[in-house]
Amino acid sequence: MLYFISSVVVFFMFWLVLSGHYTLMLLAIGAVASILVVGLATRMAVIDREGHPIYLLYRAVWYWPWLFWEIVKSGISVSKIILSPTLPISPTLINLKATQKSVVGVVVYANSITLTPGTVSVEVEDNEITVHAITTLGAMDLEEGKMDRMVTKFEGGIGT
Amino acid sequence: MAIFIDILSWASIIIGGVFCIIGMIGLMRLPDLFTRLHGSSVTDTLGAGFLIFGMALQSGLSLTTAKLIIIFGLILLTSPVATHALAQAALHAGIKPKLTVDKTGGHIAGED
Repeated sequence: MLYFISSVVVFFMFWLVLSGHYTLMLLAIGAVASILVVGLATRMAVIDREGHPIYLLYRAVWYWPWLFWEIVKSGISVSKIILSPTLPISPTLINLKATQKSVVGVVVYANSITLTPGTVSVEVEDNEITVHAITTLGAMDLEEGKMDRMVTKFEGGIGT
Repeated sequence: MAIFIDILSWASIIIGGVFCIIGMIGLMRLPDLFTRLHGSSVTDTLGAGFLIFGMALQSGLSLTTAKLIIIFGLILLTSPVATHALAQAALHAGIKPKLTVDKTGGHIAGED
């Protein structure tokens, strides 16, 4: 029920941002549309802890800035590699253990790896992630486990 | 003050464009599919990020900025999924990445 209400609120805010017209009729249509959509989604059983992880929102406040900074750092280093005349790449494939307890946590970790330039998660199964990195150094950085620990902290160690 | 924000936004848009071009150069120069994905991810994240930041500065505190933030969020959520799907499909189709170092010992996650 809590997830139902918070989904409706999120959808209605989305409507407000996209519409930009704040007359009573359009607001009412927006509210009805949000409730209908979330009602349909509830029947499809996708509005739950996993499909609508709103409880992660307050921890995202510090995880996202950290991730942005990582993206900027590795984006600049990949740009340097691309622009360097000798093209100093050393493509590496590596298996990583994900220490997250929930499916959402593992997905966040794998997507964070892919989002960071220079590393792509090519295969995910249970708690194992196979990563392709453009340099061996980048693979070693991931193996060291800073991002894994950050995501585990972000997830809060809650199971699904 | 307005000129300061304008300069910042122009700089941001130019930097975003430069990162898009760098991503494109990466696509051309890098040797195989998997390394080319790394080149394109520069365009996805830094290129799009700086462009949208520059555009947000132009529109100020308005509904347009809110929409730009939503677009940025959409890119951040969908681009890794698409990249992962592409890499996984390539691996399953039997395309072997050109590797300098293989730390997996031939073992890919999910295989016995």
